[in-house]
Amino acid sequence: MDSAHKARLDREFSDLYRAHLRDVYSYAYYRIGNHHDAEDLTEQTFLQAYRHFERAQAESDGRPLRPWLIRIAHNLAANLYRDRSRRPQTPIDDTTVLRTQHTTEDLVEGRDELARILESIKQLPDERREALIMRFSLGMDNREIARAMGKSDGATKVLLHRAIKQLEGIVTAP
Amino acid sequence: MSQTAGRPLDIESMLRLALSPVEPPAALRTRVETRLQELTDLAVDELESWELGSMRDPRNWARPVIATAVGATAGTALVVLRVRQQHRKRQAASHDPLDLARRTLKAASAEARKLAQR
Repeated sequence: MDSAHKARLDREFSDLYRAHLRDVYSYAYYRIGNHHDAEDLTEQTFLQAYRHFERAQAESDGRPLRPWLIRIAHNLAANLYRDRSRRPQTPIDDTTVLRTQHTTEDLVEGRDELARILESIKQLPDERREALIMRFSLGMDNREIARAMGKSDGATKVLLHRAIKQLEGIVTAP
Repeated sequence: MSQTAGRPLDIESMLRLALSPVEPPAALRTRVETRLQELTDLAVDELESWELGSMRDPRNWARPVIATAVGATAGTALVVLRVRQQHRKRQAASHDPLDLARRTLKAASAEARKLAQR
C-alpha cells in the first residue's frame, strides 16, 4: 500500500466516522444503558473498524458500511457482557434522555409512557432489543439490520415483528 | 392497536420517541479523533520508514535476489546443456583427456559469453 492509497483510505474512513458516530453511540447507549460504557464501546468500535476498514470496503461491493460498523459494536457489546457475565447493571438514564432529546410537549404528554417503553425494552431478550434499537433509534431498514445481525431479511422481519408484539404485551399488561 | 389509559397505543411512534438518537458528548469526539489520529500517524510513519528503508533492508531484497538467482540458474543450465550437446564433437576432435578438458572449458566460456551478450 503506498502513501496516496493510505491517504485516500484515511479520508474515506474519516467520512464514515463523521457520518455514523451518532449511530454507533446511540446503539451503544441503548444497548448498554449508561454513558460511560457507551463511550468506551463507541471508541473501541471505531478503532477496530479502522484496522479492518480496507478489507471491509473491498468486501462491501459498494454497499453502505453502517451495518458493518453496528455489527462491530454488537460483537464488542456481547464480549463486554460475557466478560462481566451480566446484563446491564445500570438502568437507562431515561431522565437524561428525556431531558436532552425530547420536546417539552413530549415531556408533558408522554413522559410516563416513554419511561414505561424504555423500562419494557429492557425486559426483552437481547436480540429483540437490539433489533428495535437498530430500527427505531438508528432508522435502519430490514436489510441493514439483517446484515448487522448476520441474519436473513426474512428472519429479521419476523424478529422485529415479534419484538414489537412482545413489547406491546409488556407495555399494556395490567 | 392496543389501548393504554383509554387511548390507542401507537407502539412504533412511542418507540421512535423513546429511542431517539443520542448525541455523543463532545469529549468523546475529541477522544476518538485523537486516538484515530495517533493510529493514522503511526501507520504513516511506518509506511514512510518502510518505503525509505525497503532497499536498505536485505530482507526486502528477496524478490530481486530470487529473480537474479532464477535467471542465473536458468542461464547456467543452458550453458551446460549446450556444452554437453557438443561433447561428442569435441571428444572426437581432441587428442587426449587434457585437450578435451581444455576444449570443454573453452566451449563453456564461449556459451556463457553468448548468453551474456543477449
